[in-house]
Amino acid sequence: MADRYIEPDTPELRARWGNFAWTPENADKAKDVLSRYPEGRQRSAVMPLLDLAQRQVGAEENTQGWLPIPVMEYVAAYLDMPIIRVVEVATFYTMYNIAPIGRFHVQVCGTTPCMLRGSDDIISACKKRGMKAGHITADGLWSFTEVECMGNCASAPMVQINDDNYEDLNVENFDKVLDALARGETPKAGTQDPNRHTVEPTGGPTTLTAMVSENHDYRGEW
Amino acid sequence: MPKVKVDGVELEVPAGATVLQACELAGKEIPRFCYHERLSIAGNCRMCLVEVKPGPPKPQASCALPAAEGQEIRTDSEMVKKAREGVMEFLLINHPLDCPICDQGGECDLQDQSVAYGRGGSRYDENKRAVTSKNMGPLIKTTMTRCIHCTRCVRFSEEIAGVDEIGAIYRGENMQITTYLEKAATHEMSANVIDLCPVGALTSRPYAFEARPWELKKTLGIDVSDATGANIRIDSRGREVLRVLPRINDDVNEEWISDKARYQVDGLTKRRLDKPFLRKDGKLVPVSWQEAFSAIATLNPGNSIAAVAGDMVDCETMFAAKKLLGALGSSLLEGRQTGMDYDCSSLAAVNFNSGFNGIETADAILIVGSQVRTEAPLVNVRLRKAVKRGAKVFLVGPAWETTFGGEFLGEDLSVLNQLPQHVWDALSGAKRPAVIVGGAGLGRGGLEASLSIAGQLKLVRELEDGSTWNGFNVLHLSAARMGGLMLGYAQKGGIADLAAAAPKVVLALGADEVDFTKFANSMVVYIGHHGDKGAHAADVVLPAAAYTEKNGTYVNTEGRVQLSDKAVFAPGDAREDWTILRAMADAFGVSVGFDSFEELRAAMAAEVPALGVEGLADYGQDLPAGGGSASGVIAYPIKDFYLTNPIARASAVMQQCSAELLHGEEIAEAAE
Amino acid sequence: MALADKDRIFTNLYGFQPWNLKEAMARGAWDGTKDILAKGKEAIIEEMKASGLRGRGGAGFPTGLKWSFMPKQAPLDQNGNPKPSFLVINADESEPGSCKDREIMRHDPHLLFEGALVAGFAMGARAAYIYIRGEYIREAEVLFAAREEAYAAGLLGKNACGSGYDFDVFVHRGAGAYICGEETAMIESLEGKKGQPRLKPPFPAGAGLYGCPTTVNNVESIAVAPTIMRRGAAWFSSFGNENNRGTKLFQISGHVDKPCVVEEEMSISFRELIEKHCGGIRGGWDNLLAVIPGGSSVPLVPAKDIIDCAMDYDGLKAVGSGLGTAAIIVMDKSTDIVRAISRISYFYKHESCGQCTPCREGTGWMWRVMERLRTGNASVEEIDMLFQVTKQVEGHTICALGDAAAWPIQGLIRHFRPELERRIAEHMPEAAE
Repeated sequence: MADRYIEPDTPELRARWGNFAWTPENADKAKDVLSRYPEGRQRSAVMPLLDLAQRQVGAEENTQGWLPIPVMEYVAAYLDMPIIRVVEVATFYTMYNIAPIGRFHVQVCGTTPCMLRGSDDIISACKKRGMKAGHITADGLWSFTEVECMGNCASAPMVQINDDNYEDLNVENFDKVLDALARGETPKAGTQDPNRHTVEPTGGPTTLTAMVSENHDYRGEW
Repeated sequence: MPKVKVDGVELEVPAGATVLQACELAGKEIPRFCYHERLSIAGNCRMCLVEVKPGPPKPQASCALPAAEGQEIRTDSEMVKKAREGVMEFLLINHPLDCPICDQGGECDLQDQSVAYGRGGSRYDENKRAVTSKNMGPLIKTTMTRCIHCTRCVRFSEEIAGVDEIGAIYRGENMQITTYLEKAATHEMSANVIDLCPVGALTSRPYAFEARPWELKKTLGIDVSDATGANIRIDSRGREVLRVLPRINDDVNEEWISDKARYQVDGLTKRRLDKPFLRKDGKLVPVSWQEAFSAIATLNPGNSIAAVAGDMVDCETMFAAKKLLGALGSSLLEGRQTGMDYDCSSLAAVNFNSGFNGIETADAILIVGSQVRTEAPLVNVRLRKAVKRGAKVFLVGPAWETTFGGEFLGEDLSVLNQLPQHVWDALSGAKRPAVIVGGAGLGRGGLEASLSIAGQLKLVRELEDGSTWNGFNVLHLSAARMGGLMLGYAQKGGIADLAAAAPKVVLALGADEVDFTKFANSMVVYIGHHGDKGAHAADVVLPAAAYTEKNGTYVNTEGRVQLSDKAVFAPGDAREDWTILRAMADAFGVSVGFDSFEELRAAMAAEVPALGVEGLADYGQDLPAGGGSASGVIAYPIKDFYLTNPIARASAVMQQCSAELLHGEEIAEAAE
Repeated sequence: MALADKDRIFTNLYGFQPWNLKEAMARGAWDGTKDILAKGKEAIIEEMKASGLRGRGGAGFPTGLKWSFMPKQAPLDQNGNPKPSFLVINADESEPGSCKDREIMRHDPHLLFEGALVAGFAMGARAAYIYIRGEYIREAEVLFAAREEAYAAGLLGKNACGSGYDFDVFVHRGAGAYICGEETAMIESLEGKKGQPRLKPPFPAGAGLYGCPTTVNNVESIAVAPTIMRRGAAWFSSFGNENNRGTKLFQISGHVDKPCVVEEEMSISFRELIEKHCGGIRGGWDNLLAVIPGGSSVPLVPAKDIIDCAMDYDGLKAVGSGLGTAAIIVMDKSTDIVRAISRISYFYKHESCGQCTPCREGTGWMWRVMERLRTGNASVEEIDMLFQVTKQVEGHTICALGDAAAWPIQGLIRHFRPELERRIAEHMPEAAE
């Protein structure tokens, strides 16, 4: 819930990130991104490219990644667009981290549907581990943000940690997820309810039961 | 021409008009903050809401809604009143109650409109938002807590100035206006955002806490910092000019002025010549007017006298000097101080014929030797508009950072002798082709070569609508130039002709850019207002009035004759220039034929009738054929935009701009 | 009156089977797409109109009619060339309570791509952009992969499905901004700008993406189109009440025993929906307090009004709310109802783009007052003031986010004023101590 601020532009930041450039692999990806938009509209690519840049920073730092000012400048130059417009975009959209971030960015949904199903407990569990907004835990593992509705309301409460969602949480299974991550494991993403596959009613679907065991073709019944 | 009803009164409005404009035509005031005639429509402040039928049962933003046949618009209904009160309240809940210490006070849209449309009390009990102020450089003072997020400044810098340097970062109630990393705004028009800001978020830093608007005398003037002749309002208190603001003139400066026009005025109180000086034993010492005059008169120059007009003098001064020289039998007049000698036999050949409005409509433009951004920022704005409409621009000269794209063809004038084929195709295929020759493009055959191109392209032509298009333009740099040329301040060989004549006396009329070593044997009489280069080189210094201290006629580079009024008195013993020249005539014992300013003006109008009529002078449409070949690397005359004239050089603000914005010096933030 | 599995469009809704092209085709996706296109633009639009499909993104505008608004003659650009048209598919599912498009995209993406072709063809679009919310990371990965499959199979791209029509589909990821679900904000965002809604007019059908004619449709609206074309308008319109036709993905969250997403017939009653698929209300029907039936933007409905309400546009309108995206947030009596709504107010404050005054300033004000009402630290007059403030926001903004922020509070005050007053009364003695 905390306000976001751009990490200040310092000589140290310049020294660390001033030479940022796409890795060969990302250079190809960037070209592919550009090809999605009509000629002369390369500015459309600013959002995917900021994401790509953030991921590259993350890969270098072994964190979720963020956007230091020189990296934003690199993207602006790459797209030949004014830097202030890039900063506007980076500060407008909340998924761009504009300050350093930890290994795992624990984004707990706290909006009403999750709140109704116990997101308060999930947030408390985070706090217990020393997570708080706009802060990286001392071990560098955790950053925390209470985010707005993530669109997993039928399997609430949920968190998104880096690229994966963990749904149908309670304190117990959430702790297991965090512990697994801390150990360097890859816990199963998605619902943590053993009786559920995705968003069907827990315990088994009330509809489309034929689909559970086989790829059923209903056309014959039309 | 749709017919609409505004508050029950039916009227016809021009096609394409908005509902807001329709209401204004009906004489209804529509409050607004974000809407501005010269910027794109943002529709974000929501202050201009009106009721429109047919339409959804909620108030509509009139600034963005096209007026359509049969609309019934209400500006006086309960719905509209409630809407305005509501928006006003929202604007105020997070606006600080610091009007007593806010420089916008007295000319604040928010203040005025809350009195007129607000609900008269606040129901907001929460804490107000605080926003840190941002550095925007030496000219713009920011108090961002006052910002109401109308985005006029953002739109100005992007759309008009063409320099994307202001943006709105973050979002929602945390949205903040800032420059990138709080760097100073660096373009030549940056301070216009101060006028555009409807609240006290962006105010004038040099003018901070100087005065309240109601204390100021407002005088209509003409700017002399370049040759565009921007219309200004000079705000003064007592004997001091406190600030300069733009006046609206759609033909000239629209609603803008350059930062130099706005902020050089603190130089008017510094380094002033406030008493006559005479060089004695190599040193300038203060003397009485009488002693100064008799020192000149005893030289008894007869017709061995010349006059050089500086860049900022008014026509009256030049005319008075011309009359004085004429009475003495001399016609050694020159205004092109730095030695240029282009042919002035046709004024149409050295005029900005298309006009500033016209150049906006040009569809292909060749710029020869002009760094338009610094030489005429207001014309630069027009060029940007032309390009936005689809014009192609080509430039000859060393590359500079344009705000409108364009293709640089080379640094040497010789490009003109053989333009690249695609340039030629673009120009000859254009409906309204134009050539702009800048100061650096006039010499070394540049003017003639450009005229030759003009002839081949038929830059003077009749358009489809029957009007005449003359796309040949010369963009001068000095406010005095066109007036001087009309008054004959041009020798065939330029100032070299004056030097060759070795006159006993040279009258330097505010001329500071002359190489006076060429007049080592002449007595140089400097008549001007600042202790700058001219005064330093002079043998006699006669203190005169600056542009804010006299009535004067100026002709801009379009040949537009404009009058400027006197705002304040010149300091100390300084006198208005014409009175000095008139007194000098007495000292020489000759008659110039006028005893008052009115008589002078009448005589000037009699001799050059165009100078007696405000508006565009008619130089005809015939251009000389030109020809010959041009060559030489172009060197732009302006090295430092902020320090081009004696007033600006005396200005602490301009010096700071030069140091900070051009030379990158870090100036410690003044404690606020 | 129960929807049979054979009449469900999203048969792999729960992802028990793979999403890939081979399996999707085995389930009936991309079945006779070429023949559908062969019917011609007019015929497709007419069929869609006849089906009664209303936009599934929340506003409920008839989909076929929307398609027909695209100019028949392409407007010309500055150089006199005809401008292309675009279809933009709104996959920025961010409305609290909504989680249906996610299931389509990750479990049945080919229905969406096929729909994109059908819709794009019908409106003469050159290409479609699927704007998927940034947080749907894995879902976007599925889309990118499914797109590759469709191109490789010749279903999209040049001569799509062998129809002779060239049609491209691109996936564009957002990056965390609810407001980009507003169609013009989405277009701005696609152009690489902040997602700030545009003024209308001009409407996207006239000047949308890159200034070209554009139609923005919700994922579900597009993904159901091929099946409607295959089975006919009459089939689709046989479900639901007049004006509220078809099948619909309902998303039930909150205090039910088994929250889920389920495709059901429009106009199904609330009670039937909950009983059948959600295992009932937590603690029984008597424990039901209120329901937000269409995503956070719509006013809540107290238990007594909702239980037998038909879950469709008209039925919910009649009880002072709306179907929205059919995202049903159920609240039982353990709910701190003021906090539940205050949390929604916070959401809107957080998601306000900041462009226009009433929303930028009003959402923060409303949330702050709501937070005080939550604890009772307010005066009774402030309830009326808050209501007035919501009215000052509603209808005064550029886009509908202002309305969406106002309505939940209005619903709360309308139905739970005594609760607000009780908290104030209880707080007063506390404060006095």
